Amino acid sequence: MQQKIGGQNVLKTFSLGGIHPSENKRSADRPVEILPVPPVVTIPIAQHIGAPATPIVQKGDAVKVGQVIAQSSGFVSANIHSPVSGKVEKIDDVVDASGYRRTAILIKTEGDEWEASIDRSPDIKKEITASAEEILQRISAAGIVGLGGATFPAHVKLSPPPGKTCDILIINGVECEPYLTSDHRLMLEKGEEMLIGVQLLMRALKVEKAIVGIENNKPDAIHHISQLCQAIPGVSVQPLKVQYPQGGEKQLIDACIGRQIPSGKLPIEVGAVVQNVGTAFAVYEAVQKNKPLIERIVTVTGLSVKKPGNYLARIGTPMADLIEAAGGLPEDTGKVIGGGPMMGKALTSIDIPLTKGSSGILIMPREIASRKPVENCIRCSKCVSVCPMGLSPYLLMTLAEKAIWDRAEEEKIMDCIECGSCSFTCPSSRPLLDYIRLGKGKVGQIMRSRTK
Amino acid sequence: MSVVLITIVTLAGLGAIAAVILYLAAKKFQVFEDPRIDKVEEALPATNCGGCGFPGCRAFAEALVKADDISSMNCPVGGADTMSSVAAILGKEAGSAKPQIAVLRCNGSCEHRPKLTNYQGASSCAVAAALYGGETGCSYGCYGCGDCVVSCQFDAMYMDEATGLPVIIEDNCVACGACVEACPKDLIELRNKGPKSRRIFVSCMNKDKGAVAKKACAVACIGCGKCHKVCPYEAITMNNNLAYIDYEKCKLCRKCVEVCPTNSIHELNFPPRKPKVEQETPEQAQAE
Repeated sequence: MQQKIGGQNVLKTFSLGGIHPSENKRSADRPVEILPVPPVVTIPIAQHIGAPATPIVQKGDAVKVGQVIAQSSGFVSANIHSPVSGKVEKIDDVVDASGYRRTAILIKTEGDEWEASIDRSPDIKKEITASAEEILQRISAAGIVGLGGATFPAHVKLSPPPGKTCDILIINGVECEPYLTSDHRLMLEKGEEMLIGVQLLMRALKVEKAIVGIENNKPDAIHHISQLCQAIPGVSVQPLKVQYPQGGEKQLIDACIGRQIPSGKLPIEVGAVVQNVGTAFAVYEAVQKNKPLIERIVTVTGLSVKKPGNYLARIGTPMADLIEAAGGLPEDTGKVIGGGPMMGKALTSIDIPLTKGSSGILIMPREIASRKPVENCIRCSKCVSVCPMGLSPYLLMTLAEKAIWDRAEEEKIMDCIECGSCSFTCPSSRPLLDYIRLGKGKVGQIMRSRTK
Repeated sequence: MSVVLITIVTLAGLGAIAAVILYLAAKKFQVFEDPRIDKVEEALPATNCGGCGFPGCRAFAEALVKADDISSMNCPVGGADTMSSVAAILGKEAGSAKPQIAVLRCNGSCEHRPKLTNYQGASSCAVAAALYGGETGCSYGCYGCGDCVVSCQFDAMYMDEATGLPVIIEDNCVACGACVEACPKDLIELRNKGPKSRRIFVSCMNKDKGAVAKKACAVACIGCGKCHKVCPYEAITMNNNLAYIDYEKCKLCRKCVEVCPTNSIHELNFPPRKPKVEQETPEQAQAE
């Protein structure tokens, strides 16, 4: 499992760039707690990448847990199910994690009545009877999206485009974001179910081999999953060196199997598909238990949080409820971030609802939350050496600032995975990623208008 | 002596051959350029602002020479004077575009629109807009990072520290439209300057429902439609909880300004109102 370089055992990792921020995994040893169902849930209809779902319920409708309330409106879209039973209070525009007012379905909870087809027994159903098509169909119907945070509809990734073949499935148990521990706890507590999900994904993709990539800062998870894997042919664990952003698809494929994805292409180009451990678990529940994606594990943490922990919460729960469960909002709070510290996004209010892509809530104390004053670029090229995609962030920032879009495209601005390593490492605290993200938006727009 | 002679003859010969080659090349590769293009370019203001819709004055001059009808083309910087002199050069009919000016359709100053969050990202409206709806409860309003001020080549804009909003200096604004392009929220509109620079417009772009808009900003358009009803010229349309005044139809009667419960309709450069205003104030207060 380990490469030998110069007589020493060196753990595998990706080949280019990367950083190692302080891990601060404060909630790693906190078992997952089940959060009570909130009195009102708010379900945004745009919780995934792609077209927002179309609401199919109306004000006053009674809904059960697991009932479809918004239907997928295209191939790249996902169904949304009611996470509670009760009455639809209204369909209104509310501020969500995007920072904008967008359509959401508000449901007032009454009782806890589930759809009869959902198997709620605690038994683990190991036997796999579904065919590849049935598995795909179940995943699509259950509204499963990539739970690592990108929320790309899972069924799309599992349907390789014609002419492309997949020979390996890579399961992302890296959790390279500092602070976050939800995937770690999931592997420890639901490892067996997760691995059944992996087998289901392998069958859906028609591949014989799967690798679970786990970073070396989770030795208990590596041990636990390795032991469980022994009984499953084709599935193995790959321990990895701790390096951010190893959880990025392209980095993980490079780290696990040493294949590099050409610029502008998807992982399927090198015959690999990556899914998160959380997604694998959701697939298990959807296929074996007929349970759609209505809840997820969330880490609530931060340096001054009283009770950092991992919670199993229904989608649509206000972030405030989760923060309350973790001991309330500390007085010195400067910023509340949805997601991890590297790729997460500051929330404008704590009433924002939990969505499928919320992997964590990070509360930053005031003194470390604010940005430092921007200084001039000193040409130290640290951003270039840490960029995992081999780009020149300092240059891309200038190009975006000066609106030189053609050059930005030549410099492969679209390859940026927005990991934020450049901004993290910059000694002049320059807003590198801010401008690169702006440039990506503009260049993407120009490229799309060209193909039309 | 003969060395000097040979040198002179050789060089003169070489010169003559080169001259013939250059002459032939010039004949062969000659590109005919309408001499009027230079003349028209001379008449244009040479600001290269792009306000005409062409990349620079030269390109506009070429387009003017090429076009059969130039009545729909306009140089916003030079205005009617420039266009009539261009028309004289080309012997074509100039259009009658009214002079325009940029107006800011947001009045969400710090006082009217309380801040809920604190933005620390890159100081650019475009960057902020890609992230979220802004520091206040109104996601349609001005971010105050001054992308418009940066885009202005004519020193016609500055940021007012007190209000956090850009200010347009009327005398300098040439309506080139650079700020309109720069604003990610489409808050700046080019409108007819109006007689004596008098104009009326809705200084708000908030499309939220009335209660939400009002909560976010004291001077937001709440979409009540009172102005639409009172307008005798059907110049005001209501769309997505927002009023819009068509400047071509507006006759500047100011009735809409009087009925607006949130003062979101602005009138500029009108003489101060007569005592009538004092009588109306209590009514307005009641209406609110």
